[in-house]
Amino acid sequence: MTWLLPLPVAIPLLTAAAVVAIDHVVPRRVENGCTILAAAAATAFSILIMLQAQHGTDLHWFGGWRPDGNVALGIDFVADPLGAALAALACGLTLLALVYSWTYMREAAGMFDVLMLCFCGAMAGFALTGDIFDMFVWFELMGIAAYALAGFKIDELGPLQGAVNFAITNTAGAYMVLLGIGLLYARTGALNLAQIGRVLARHQGDRLVIVALGLLVAGYMVKSAIVPFHAWLADAYAVAPVPVCVLYAGAMSELGLYAIARLYWTVFDAPFGGHAQGIRMLLVWLGVATALLGALMCFLQRHLKRMLAFATIAHVGIVLAAIGLLDERGLAGAASLVLSHGFLKGGLFLVCGLVLLQLKDVDELRLHGAGRRLRWSAGLWFAGAIGLAGVPYLGVFLGHAQLDDGATGIGIAWLQPLLMIAAGVSAGTLLRAGARVFLGWGPRVDPLLTEQPPEEPAEREAFVPLMLGVATVAIALGLVFGVFPGLQARTEHAADRFMDRSAYAARVLHGKREPIPPRAPYTVEPATGESIGYGIGAGVLALLTAAVGLWHRRLPDAVRTLAGRTLGPPVTAIKGAHSGIVGDYLLWIVFGASLISGVWAIVLR
Amino acid sequence: MSYLLYAIAAWICCVGLYGAIVSRNLIHLALCLTVAQSSTYVLLLGIGYRKQAGAPIFKGVKLGTASVDPVVQALTLTDIVVSVTVIALILSLALDVQRRKGTVDPDAIADFSG
Repeated sequence: MTWLLPLPVAIPLLTAAAVVAIDHVVPRRVENGCTILAAAAATAFSILIMLQAQHGTDLHWFGGWRPDGNVALGIDFVADPLGAALAALACGLTLLALVYSWTYMREAAGMFDVLMLCFCGAMAGFALTGDIFDMFVWFELMGIAAYALAGFKIDELGPLQGAVNFAITNTAGAYMVLLGIGLLYARTGALNLAQIGRVLARHQGDRLVIVALGLLVAGYMVKSAIVPFHAWLADAYAVAPVPVCVLYAGAMSELGLYAIARLYWTVFDAPFGGHAQGIRMLLVWLGVATALLGALMCFLQRHLKRMLAFATIAHVGIVLAAIGLLDERGLAGAASLVLSHGFLKGGLFLVCGLVLLQLKDVDELRLHGAGRRLRWSAGLWFAGAIGLAGVPYLGVFLGHAQLDDGATGIGIAWLQPLLMIAAGVSAGTLLRAGARVFLGWGPRVDPLLTEQPPEEPAEREAFVPLMLGVATVAIALGLVFGVFPGLQARTEHAADRFMDRSAYAARVLHGKREPIPPRAPYTVEPATGESIGYGIGAGVLALLTAAVGLWHRRLPDAVRTLAGRTLGPPVTAIKGAHSGIVGDYLLWIVFGASLISGVWAIVLR
Repeated sequence: MSYLLYAIAAWICCVGLYGAIVSRNLIHLALCLTVAQSSTYVLLLGIGYRKQAGAPIFKGVKLGTASVDPVVQALTLTDIVVSVTVIALILSLALDVQRRKGTVDPDAIADFSG
């Protein structure tokens, strides 16, 4: 059923246009209903596409412009299980966010819903397209909707900074992507991913292709906030309305990484497959650096949304390391991680919105003990934090276990302990914040944490049970994906297909169907002892981090002075690097892009 | 010819980004981004250029007449449309910054940091 493929994109975009057209003519209620129905339809269709893709990759050529031999003139949507699952995740999170904001974003309703639908359609298009320039266009559409949404509460100061930094840094990233596309087109005369890959397979990877690889990867890394391109993310996520943060953290950052994976396995695997080790090392190390830095910065925050933003950076680093293994188990791990993290982090942001609505603040220290009566929110917050630590059989555990298998398989067993630290520390920070806000533990002051400007809730009044319900659904889904029957076998099979460049090209360019795979069983496979060990380790580390965060002033003086002397200067320097000034961020982007291209220019020659 | 083209595109991109990095004015910064962006136009149009070839308009032209590559021109047009939107958004944000802070210095809005 190839006609299904454009629907997750077309429905939200057309509805967005229709809602603008009928604005002021029909009541708000009808508009809201239309947008939620559109998101629900997009979610349903994308899930259907995903289920169908299990039995074979689906293709749709727009306008019937099918490829002739090896030449693809038209633009295609390709639904393989991973791409379709990502589209489904994006649509599903949009649906949750829109239901949540039914009463929460009432004042702003019309334009907010329209931008959310554009965002949703663009993300689905980005995940499904098989054309490199089409990818750029969806990327930009996603960007424009996202910038506008970041600055949505424009009458406060924070959103201005967040939107400006977000828009400018990501635009610079987009130019890099476009330059990379231009160079690839110059070398291959093609824009279809499969065709570019096929042409490059006949060439050796020359300098031009290396530069193109560097530009494309750096450009998409800006979007997914990999160190050193990451600083804009915390500014933007901290100020955007909560329902928007759900899409940012749950889907948008991951889509940048998806683009890198998609490009690698359709295009660059051909010329550089022989040098995989060089590419692998750079990606894994960037991932580890991002994960550790994100976790450290997360620990130093007291603004709950900014804390979640840095936790997202830590998580994105883990996913990049998983993809960077260039191994099917690693990629399957990345997919499982993205799925469970998307819902968990989305749910945590939604809880943040409830805290902001009911307590009128999102500052950990100012809210000390203020959340005692919010029992349900507290439970959700702790459940989400524990799910993100990756303790055995909960939340992100499955992804970590698969990643662990992959890393051990290719002989870099040192990777998992480092990622365990990142996951444990960032989850522990969330536990610490939860304990302060909801239980009133620990002191009211902590000089370690940086104070940030306050935020106003989007509404004075909203229908709290609905919002709580949505947050509960999100967190429950996120937790369950750790033990979802058959998920492991399905992600591994999907990753296998995602990485098969020649099968992809044969399907796209010649319409050749791959053999129908055997039906995967619906079972939960036991994890290895090592993975369970790392899971428990992450849990213990999270508890330790929370305890240290709450009661570090009770440590003996000698320990505190020593820690202050050794850790103080680097921590101050790292904090200083997140200056909030857009010029600095651009400098980091230029530096990072040159570094990546430079390393590859040396390694891949 | 071909190397010069890449060099010019790289130069324009570097100049634009340099300007954006050192800029103390959001409107100036947006214009610097436009400069950096024009490097993509130069690159794309240069890639499709052919000597002794006409514009890719095929009405009333003999079959087989050489023309420059129309694909990159379409890409450039799309790029212009997309970027105009982004620049318009940044400029409107700059307006709001001016209204609220009385300045368009990007340093003045760095409330969140660290």
